[in-house]
Amino acid sequence: MSDDIRQRVRVIVAEQAMIDVEQVSPESTMDDLGLDSLGLVEIVFAIEEEFGVSVPYNANEPNSEEFDISTVKAVEDGVIKLTAEKV
Amino acid sequence: MRRVVVTGTGVVSALGIGYDAHVDALRAGRSGIGPIELIETEGLTIGIAAEAKGYVATDHFTKNELTLRDRVTQMALTATEEAVARSGIDFTDDLGMRTATIIGTSMGGQHTQDDNYRLIYRDGKQRVHPFTVPKLMSNAPASWISMEHGLKGPAWSISTACASSNHAIGQAFHMIRGGMADVAVTGGCESGLTYGVLKAWEGLRVMSKDTCRPFSKTRNGMVQGEGAAILVLEDLDAAKARGANILGEIVGFGMTADANDIVQPSLDGATRAMRAALADAGLDGSEIAYINAHGTATAANDKTECAAIRNVFGDHADRLLVSSTKSMHGHCIGAAGALEMAATLSALGSGIVPPTANFEEPDPDCDLDVVPNEAREADVPFALSNSFAFGGLNAVLVARRFDD
Repeated sequence: MSDDIRQRVRVIVAEQAMIDVEQVSPESTMDDLGLDSLGLVEIVFAIEEEFGVSVPYNANEPNSEEFDISTVKAVEDGVIKLTAEKV
Repeated sequence: MRRVVVTGTGVVSALGIGYDAHVDALRAGRSGIGPIELIETEGLTIGIAAEAKGYVATDHFTKNELTLRDRVTQMALTATEEAVARSGIDFTDDLGMRTATIIGTSMGGQHTQDDNYRLIYRDGKQRVHPFTVPKLMSNAPASWISMEHGLKGPAWSISTACASSNHAIGQAFHMIRGGMADVAVTGGCESGLTYGVLKAWEGLRVMSKDTCRPFSKTRNGMVQGEGAAILVLEDLDAAKARGANILGEIVGFGMTADANDIVQPSLDGATRAMRAALADAGLDGSEIAYINAHGTATAANDKTECAAIRNVFGDHADRLLVSSTKSMHGHCIGAAGALEMAATLSALGSGIVPPTANFEEPDPDCDLDVVPNEAREADVPFALSNSFAFGGLNAVLVARRFDD
């Protein structure tokens, strides 16, 4: 279940970064992937649509602990938590 | 070249109805930000705004008049009524021909659009109200102002997002200075607190959930507002000849485009706009005592704006007072520059500089005197008012205290 979520998050990130999903590693930061703040906002939107969740992300507080976006893995963990809270 | 003075101001904002109410609240550092009551907020993540709660449509318009006037037009007309009355100007046929009407608004009649689109998209209705088009069009406020006051000179609306008002006031100033018009009714209006518009802003992830804290380290985004502010600008000699009360003088206007990014601010574009405004005014910068900042309370704007002020003013930046009154009247987008010019004129006239409200903690990236939380008495011979719009369109005005 959580592996499936991780894969779906990576597909979203890869699509936004315009790279193959295999090139997205858990340790990648948004910077590594060439994603700026607009790219990140689009990823958050795609995640909300894909998983039916509401992501507490504010572009003014990128380092907020509410939703960690420091690495791809952090985003995956955040989505797993949000989907678990949903049910 | 002719000199251009302000002889009337009118305001509708979250701080009250009327210029005096607006200015009194600014001086008291009282914020108009609070829970949204105008529309149903269920389903919105952001439930706050600077809503003009004191504005009651039926206090100002008959039922018939409201059929043709969106809330944004109502606010513009209400502010115009006050500005014209305060200026004491009499728009005779001849003067009406020589008067320009230039009004900024970013989004026009959003309540009309939202209400009517909801009817057809959600409720499955087959038709919308017959006056939907004339109510929602962005030039409706300018057209209504010209119609109600008999202003038959150049008239149009300007839409440059958050800089709309400054572009409007600047154009009006240059037209009078250059002789294309003798008088101008100018300013801006915005009333976009609708479900659709607020959802759109939420999507950008730049909105604060609690309040607007410009320049504070703890700032977490902007807060939407609504309102209108209108100025009557006149050629100085004509204003003097009729014994008008002169509230201040507009002496410079500069505009630039970043040509860079659709949402990110630019240090270069903002710097060049302030320099252009000072050059237009024939000033070197050392005369400026106060800057009414764009100050949206987003992470990016405030940091970039402070750096741009340092670029332009050098050491003098440390002697400037810089405040963002958006902390109190919210970000009124197309009306922002006009509401802020009202604040700027009040500082010039009284020597009381409005504060940056809701300030909590200094940010090393915004290390200017941002007049935290309490109004300050100061000698303000000249002031700057900044507007930097999404899309990288910048407009800066320079105003001078009138003590001729």
